[in-house]
Amino acid sequence: MKRIDHSEASSKFIKATDHLDFHDKRLWDLRQKRDRESGALPEWEALRSLASAIKEHTLTHLSQYLEEFERNAVKNGATVHWATDAAEHNQVVYDILRSRGARTLVKAKSMLTDECEMRPFLTNRGIEVMETDLGERIQQLDDEPPSHIVVPAVHKLRGDVARVFADTLGTDRKNSDVHYLAESQRRHTRPYFLKADAGMTGANFAVAETGSVVVCTNEGNADLSVHLPNLYIACIGIEKIIPRIEHLGVFVRMLSRSALGSPITQLTSHFRAPRKGTQMHIVLVDNGRAERLGMADFWYSLKCIRCGACMNTCPVYRRSGGLSYGATYSGPIGVIIDPTFNLRKYSALPFASTLNGSCTHVCPVKINIHEQIYKWREVIAARHQLPFVKQEAMRVAGKVLSSPKLYRAAVETTGAGIEHLPRFMMYNKLNAWGRQREVPTAPPYTFRQWYLKNRADRGKK
Amino acid sequence: MKAALFVPCYVDAFFPEVGIATLELLERLGVDVAYPLDQTCCGQPMGNSGCRDDAKATEALFVKNFGGFDYVVSPSGSCTHHVREHLTSIPQTKAVKQVRERTYELVEFVHDVLNVREFPWAEFPHTVGLHNGCASLRALRTAKMSEIAEPAFSKPLDLLSKVRGIRFAKPARPDECCGFGGTFSVFEEPVSAKMGYDKVSDHHKAGAEYIVSADMSCLMHQKGCAERLGLPIKFIHIAQILNGTRE
Repeated sequence: MKRIDHSEASSKFIKATDHLDFHDKRLWDLRQKRDRESGALPEWEALRSLASAIKEHTLTHLSQYLEEFERNAVKNGATVHWATDAAEHNQVVYDILRSRGARTLVKAKSMLTDECEMRPFLTNRGIEVMETDLGERIQQLDDEPPSHIVVPAVHKLRGDVARVFADTLGTDRKNSDVHYLAESQRRHTRPYFLKADAGMTGANFAVAETGSVVVCTNEGNADLSVHLPNLYIACIGIEKIIPRIEHLGVFVRMLSRSALGSPITQLTSHFRAPRKGTQMHIVLVDNGRAERLGMADFWYSLKCIRCGACMNTCPVYRRSGGLSYGATYSGPIGVIIDPTFNLRKYSALPFASTLNGSCTHVCPVKINIHEQIYKWREVIAARHQLPFVKQEAMRVAGKVLSSPKLYRAAVETTGAGIEHLPRFMMYNKLNAWGRQREVPTAPPYTFRQWYLKNRADRGKK
Repeated sequence: MKAALFVPCYVDAFFPEVGIATLELLERLGVDVAYPLDQTCCGQPMGNSGCRDDAKATEALFVKNFGGFDYVVSPSGSCTHHVREHLTSIPQTKAVKQVRERTYELVEFVHDVLNVREFPWAEFPHTVGLHNGCASLRALRTAKMSEIAEPAFSKPLDLLSKVRGIRFAKPARPDECCGFGGTFSVFEEPVSAKMGYDKVSDHHKAGAEYIVSADMSCLMHQKGCAERLGLPIKFIHIAQILNGTRE
């Protein structure tokens, strides 16, 4: 499978300067709002530690809590299904829909169903799938995956949305007024809630103690998707379990503050039992999570509550856009999750980072993201997945830098060498440094040469 | 107290004046400074690329050069961070652990170990923008990071504010990464350059005549960006200002 070239994709993103500036500013604004909201809670750092500890406890007792969740969900009247991987998940969902004769599915945003590529699977089998989250719907209409796990169409300007809606919903191409666009989408989507045979959500949390599914949204679309049709399916990654309802208080206080810099989402819905005469199905999905749980250096990533704070703060993500990662999960959290799905395909992603560490410090569950990025680089090098050029460069660097003699030969002559090179030889396509930056001019002597001359008496040591 | 000076490879090759300022500053402050002549690099370029095997010999050489001193001092946050947190490709003998524990970045060495706050010889009548490299800021924790709500502190600012005549510019995003990132600067060139452009433009807009930092690698990248953009902004290492450089 072809390796995703993040650098190449990012250069295209950067060329669209209007988009780039908006994207960077919009997400930085979310980061600043997050700073204000988290800073307003004196107990913020204590909450982070608590949230991290709850997740750690849950993940180290996962099977126990999953079974408890199943028992309680069944007691509530839901049907619980288990899916080992994406294919099984999609088949389970399809079988539920088919057995009930359902043809139209309205769904709230779910990264899990994107991860499983469920939509094309169902569409190919004659099920009409309607995304009801505004951003996700824009992306569906544009036949693009979401570029951000919380704000899926954040890379688009309103002019882009006007184009997409004009092409697909028949709106006025020249009208990019946001109220007009939102209302057009609303009018288009609403009838589907009434006619849909089934509704679907993901889950922000699944509470073992109560068997309930908790969904945090701002648009109300999840509630309509659940309450109007007679069939509700919740698709849940197994890491979404939390033990008790009281733990929810910790996470709900942090989720929206981290994600959007708002104290709480407009709606925090607890779906516990099917209404009379309707069905509620819960699909618990592994799809690589159990394997990840067994990875000594990487299991921490399963603590993620999908708030997107690491993406908003990431200077690389803000300047390259989510689609440049070529994966369901992008930004810092994507960089440490994606290689577990396909090491070769995503082997360049851990290098799409400066290791600046900002992500780790905004993470509400204290995932050591930048340290895991560092670790992934070691895994990728050890499994010979580095590009040849980098592998060779490091082999040579390792040789030169471990030999005082070779090192001195290199640094004590480069100066003279570079000084006399004509400009076109230094600034060309082969020299990535010089494409958009000036090369430092080498001084006439190295520090060591100066030292030997000026501290001759001490030169012995 | 016997301290060894570690001058990172890119400082040795491209910015000897930073090594000189560091050495002279430490000498002024009464430190007995040695400069092991066979030093090269800390191993970070290979380590950050995931190439543990390629880092082994360089890391072993580092330990050989710097063993036996009370302190190892370096004018680089990221190299210091590598030695302390990531010099792990070789067996962790007592000697290795000792070198790792005793390695300090210059600002924290002056601030925490020497506990010096006076630089009577230093005067810098310019407006400077302070750039804290990410390793200094978030790994060595030499200043408050904006990600964490905690009382404000800044070791580099504590030192710089004692320099006569100095003024500070206030960029909008003071602790956003500048995009150097070692080999990132080459293998992710488009984003790296854009980050650098944004960084130097932010300081320029805030009125900085100079960008000052304890990390010369960030400055090497930023300087290349500013020169290409044609911005009239200059770059200087914190050691130079503290040592009394006037411009």
